Amino acid sequence: MSKRNRLTKYANAAPSVQRRLCRQICPPPDNRFQSVALLLLGALLGALAMLFLAPKSGKATRRRLKEQAGNLAGKLKTKRPAATQKSGLSRISNWGNYPQTEVKVYEFEDIATLRKIVTGTNNIIARGNGRCYGDSALAANVISSLKYNKFLSFDAQQGIIRCQAGVLLSELLDVVVPQGWFLPVTPGTKKITVGGAIASDVHGKSQHKAGNFSDHVVAFDLMLGDGSVVTCSKEENPELYWTTCGGMGLTGVVLHATLRLLPVETAYFKQESIKAKNLQELMDLFEESESWPYSVAWIDCMTRGKNMGRGILMRGRHARVSDLEKPAQRQNPLRLKSKMGLNVPFFMPGFVLNPLSMKIFNTLYFHRQRARQVTSVVDYNAFFYPLDIISNWNRIYGKRGFTQYQFILPKESSRQGMQEILQKIVDRGMVSFLAVLKLYGKQHGYLPFAMEGYSLALDFPIVDGLFEFLDELDQIVLAYGGRLYLTKDVRMGRDMFMQSYPNAEKFINHLKQINQNFKFRSYQSDRIGITQ
Amino acid sequence: MSHVLILGAASDMAQALAYKFAAEGFDITLAARNSGRLADVAPDLEIRHGISAGVAEFDALGFAGHADFYTNLPHPPDVVICVFGYLGTQETAQSNFAEAKKIIDTNYTGAVSILNIVANDFEQRGSGTIIGISSVAGDRGRQSNYLYGSAKAAFTAYLSGLRNRLAKKNVHVLTVKPGFVRTKMTAGMPLPGPVTAKPSRVAADVFAAFQKQRNVVYTMRIWQLIMLLIRHIPEPIFKRLNL
Ligand SMILES: Cc1cc2nc3c(=O)[nH]c(=O)nc-3n(C[C@H](O)[C@H](O)[C@H](O)COP(=O)(O)OP(=O)(O)OC[C@H]3O[C@@H](n4cnc5c(N)ncnc54)[C@H](O)[C@@H]3O)c2cc1C
Repeated sequence: MSKRNRLTKYANAAPSVQRRLCRQICPPPDNRFQSVALLLLGALLGALAMLFLAPKSGKATRRRLKEQAGNLAGKLKTKRPAATQKSGLSRISNWGNYPQTEVKVYEFEDIATLRKIVTGTNNIIARGNGRCYGDSALAANVISSLKYNKFLSFDAQQGIIRCQAGVLLSELLDVVVPQGWFLPVTPGTKKITVGGAIASDVHGKSQHKAGNFSDHVVAFDLMLGDGSVVTCSKEENPELYWTTCGGMGLTGVVLHATLRLLPVETAYFKQESIKAKNLQELMDLFEESESWPYSVAWIDCMTRGKNMGRGILMRGRHARVSDLEKPAQRQNPLRLKSKMGLNVPFFMPGFVLNPLSMKIFNTLYFHRQRARQVTSVVDYNAFFYPLDIISNWNRIYGKRGFTQYQFILPKESSRQGMQEILQKIVDRGMVSFLAVLKLYGKQHGYLPFAMEGYSLALDFPIVDGLFEFLDELDQIVLAYGGRLYLTKDVRMGRDMFMQSYPNAEKFINHLKQINQNFKFRSYQSDRIGITQ
Repeated sequence: MSHVLILGAASDMAQALAYKFAAEGFDITLAARNSGRLADVAPDLEIRHGISAGVAEFDALGFAGHADFYTNLPHPPDVVICVFGYLGTQETAQSNFAEAKKIIDTNYTGAVSILNIVANDFEQRGSGTIIGISSVAGDRGRQSNYLYGSAKAAFTAYLSGLRNRLAKKNVHVLTVKPGFVRTKMTAGMPLPGPVTAKPSRVAADVFAAFQKQRNVVYTMRIWQLIMLLIRHIPEPIFKRLNL
């Protein structure tokens, strides 16, 4: 059988056949590198398939390939400096590599320097590690907190840590885990700053139980537009506290924070992965798993019919020493060996992620787990941050970048709403490489993303027509009483924001008092009508 | 636990060295002028690396106070890293002796003043390591920075002699010659990327050299070759070059 035939056969085969084929290509997983390997394999197969399956356009494709390879080589040779020296502007973008902007970036290492910047500049926004996907941390003037990154105190008895806002969660874990502590709330990457975690009021797999980041912040200091520094907590200046948590940097610059940690026996998690044939079954599993402290599901959003929304639910809890199987782990339950990471050193050509390669990846991923249910003990990096092992993985989406469309629907309407949205995605042939489903609980604050309901996060490469398509999805989300996650958003319009966030008006009125003349503003806050 | 004293601890290179040695388990004393501005660094080092760190006031140009400074240190150091230096402005220094003197005193006289004291202590104790951060600029005088270069040349020669003297006393002396390093001191200077090191790279190189008890190291390594070539350009040609 020719390669072309084999690949076509594979991609179009019935699930049971795919399962068999898949196992021949790749045996079930035993370490986290396998998902990486799968990803690369899927991309490669897809790219090859594109070449072979389109014999007529083969020449053109090959020419394009050659061009892109040429571009690439050229780029590697002439590394453009990050800052255009003359204008003093830097070219930056956040995680989605879209939009690309030229802005002025300020840095500070002490409060006096920051105060000078804040009082002397308009149109400013704080920026942490740029892990939001869109334009939340972008404005004409960006204040980077990355050099303001010192630990101030750590009480290893009580589990209270105080640090400057530029400290990364990864650095924080390096410090606290060996002493038997963990973050009660952590998102799917540890490469974010404490300031960014507060401003987006991030959440993670524990949201339904532990709430959001703000629920575990004891206090923080905030620099306002006039350069004054105010301490905020749930007791002291609570209004300012709740406007800042989830306030997307619009109240000022978070300087320091004191966080309450969670005691743990080990750096490991006991995890169960359960396969579900379709969306409804997956949601049943979520509802059965509500007592588990951590849960999330990956779904294959490229399958139609009765298998639509098939996926794998992962639920877990902190492992006790007695859960650990390997003697080395038991001996040192709080210390992880450092593992080698991978890197995507440059932007992949746009064609690598195509519908076929994604379909192959999704199918391989679904079938690599043979049994319906698998129990394992994994370290916290594998449990929370599987994507972090590949630095710059966002580059696989190519230079045009990508966006994440993350929405939430109320629990009552979720089953129907999710079904409708998935159907629409499949019907349109829109392709999401990564889709993550989770059941949420309530969230405090003025602009909470979470509510009791289901959220789905979809990664889309930026292609012509995408934003129009997402506008259509917005209408469905709105009709079901849902909303979009601001820290992932890059395109929603003013109406969508104002209609879907019930306290938007209140937030804006309140913000007017705190942030006079909207000195702090981002491209996002202008776009969605908060500051314009 | 071994203790490292870092002289001139405010610079980017010194901070990188502090973090590197702390990560390897050494206790740290950060000595600098206006040491108050380092107040945040000590607890950060302690929390990140579970070592103990402190700050001490030290002025490289306050020669008279050096002996007291050293005897009053809360911990006798096992490793002393002399990082302080002053690049100055060559053009100003050519016509303004105060600037020239500041360059010479900071890079050379100050180093001699404090390291003499350290050397005598280590010699008596029969142990210890002295690490001097000199510069490739000291390998050959060039018109663009020969005042800085000559002071560093003197410092390099001093370290070489010190090594010769102390080798018999179980005291090690390491001379470090960084090339271009991207720091506050060189901010805004157009440095060629491929031969310009980050401070963290310098720190890693210094630590490796310290562990291997090397005598003289260039960082990055390519500078050893570059300086070899530069040193061997015949003077009749060299003097005509715009270096
Ligand atoms: C792979 C990946 C997985 C993710 N998974 C999740 C997840 O599971 N759950 C989740 O909630 N999020 C998730 N995120 C999003 C990410 O956690 C948030 O966008 C976070 O806010 C990024 O932090 P940052 O330090 O990079 O901040 P940036 O992206 O630089 O900024 C984000 C926002 O915070 C503001 N901000 C940053 N620092 C300060 C400061 N010092 N003072 C005031 N405002 C500030 C900015 O103005 C901006 O509005 C994920 C992102 C990635 C890339």
